[in-house]
Amino acid sequence: MGKRLEKKHPLAIRWQHWINFPLLTMMIWSGMLIYWANPVYSVKVGGYELFHFFPAWFYEIYNVDFWGFKIPDYFPEWSYIWLGLDHRLAEGLQMHHFWMWLFAVNGLIYVVYLVLSGEWRALLPVPGSLKRALFVTLHDAHIVRDLPPQGKYNDAQRIAYTGVILMGAGSVLTGLAIYKSLQLSWLTALFGGYEWARWIHFWLTIGFIVFFLVHVIQVALAGWANFRSMVSGYDVIDAETPAETAVIAESEVPA
Amino acid sequence: MSSDQDKILLDETRGFEKRPVRDNTAEILREKREVSEAVPDAEARKLMGKRSRRSFLTGGVAAVAGVLGWWWISDETKAGLYRRSFEFNERVSQIFFRPTRLVREFPQDKITQDRLNGFEGMSEGFDAAAWKLSVGGLAGRSDDLILTMDDIKRLPRTELITEFKCIEGWSYIVKWAGARFSDFAAAYPPKTQSGAAPDIASRPHDLLSYVSLTTPDEGYFVGWDLPSILHPQTLLAYEINDQPLSLEHGAPLRLASATKYGIKQIKRIGRIEYTSERPRDYWAEEGYDWYAGF
Repeated sequence: MGKRLEKKHPLAIRWQHWINFPLLTMMIWSGMLIYWANPVYSVKVGGYELFHFFPAWFYEIYNVDFWGFKIPDYFPEWSYIWLGLDHRLAEGLQMHHFWMWLFAVNGLIYVVYLVLSGEWRALLPVPGSLKRALFVTLHDAHIVRDLPPQGKYNDAQRIAYTGVILMGAGSVLTGLAIYKSLQLSWLTALFGGYEWARWIHFWLTIGFIVFFLVHVIQVALAGWANFRSMVSGYDVIDAETPAETAVIAESEVPA
Repeated sequence: MSSDQDKILLDETRGFEKRPVRDNTAEILREKREVSEAVPDAEARKLMGKRSRRSFLTGGVAAVAGVLGWWWISDETKAGLYRRSFEFNERVSQIFFRPTRLVREFPQDKITQDRLNGFEGMSEGFDAAAWKLSVGGLAGRSDDLILTMDDIKRLPRTELITEFKCIEGWSYIVKWAGARFSDFAAAYPPKTQSGAAPDIASRPHDLLSYVSLTTPDEGYFVGWDLPSILHPQTLLAYEINDQPLSLEHGAPLRLASATKYGIKQIKRIGRIEYTSERPRDYWAEEGYDWYAGF
């Protein structure tokens, strides 16, 4: 018997991962304050509106009181008292245009780090990943027994994590296209114009929320050791089974 | 599933080195894994526990410090932080601002339904027929110049079909007609900071840096930076969609611009003043971005 410690997540990536959580939260929350001023998007099928963003009940729970703390209480009142509006557009714009810098810079540092450290090897999918990701999904659903071989992440994770990075880049770029639609009019045109840039920006945000929910459920299912590795960087593995992967760590894999 | 079956499954899957490389993304991309020497279970538990405690403590302290720190900062400080952030963004925008960059103009058939919003400064009893425009801060004079609609219409007429964008998030495509503000400024140039004769083309930075525009009742007021208002897609408009401006749309003269949000496109202009001081702005005083420029 015996165990080995495997270094799973470098310090930089752990910090960037956890710092991104409050930053993305602030961006989504302030984004909703902005969207509130003109809530126009909905899911429609054949002209029938299935779900409108957002229904009245959502705005009520949005202002719900948590043991004396209303989420909006953390921010200055002077900016939304005017006209008695509870939409608080000015406040949303203030926050969005402050936190955007930190969100974008953290994301940029993360991507640069991935490239320079070689961590991208653990994260990117390849064309064959789609097939293997399907098997991972079928395995998770207890439909097939066989699990494709994997490194740190399985192929479904590779696709999901690379996808969410691209979504982040998409949010920054569509955000710029909306924010500077004159000086960056070429970028706005690239997204099909101002209204399309807004539309994409909104649905990417919904995408982040869906990603977050799935991510949290998967992490909960994966268990404590997995969660701990995103904090401490390390995981404990059996000594014998992955011994050959330890060799991989020390010598180049033949192509 | 029994734990024995789990174990077999694990062995099969972890044995990926036996499979062809093409079936393993980690091998295709040459992912490296860092694994320590094998140690007894108790030793591994001890090592992991030490690392884990240290990391959770650091992370916990950082999280608590972040939350408490943000909580501890006063609302005034946060408001100041956000205001300075707007000003920082404005400086960044101005560094990248080029007057030659234009927003897309649309053909006539793309015009969409217009929308009315914002009636601050539009007090009742206004007589558009008796309207006059007063202009301050002009080169070579200390008093206001009083202009009529004829004076404005003598300037070259420019048409502009662009997207009107409200800061609330909606937009529509609209056709404006009027005088370019830059043509107005060429005919009625601002004072200079140096006191020399104004030269808009070759020495624009010497001109007074801002323009203040107010309604006749002074109920609505906006401040503009000179480069944005001199942009070729900023008009002193007197027509909307081939009709004279209605009172609700800002008759007799309003600002219409593709460079800033609707809150900056003041209706019913009563006074224009070139100034070296950053002018007051109605919505900036309510917490919005003073610059509000695209």
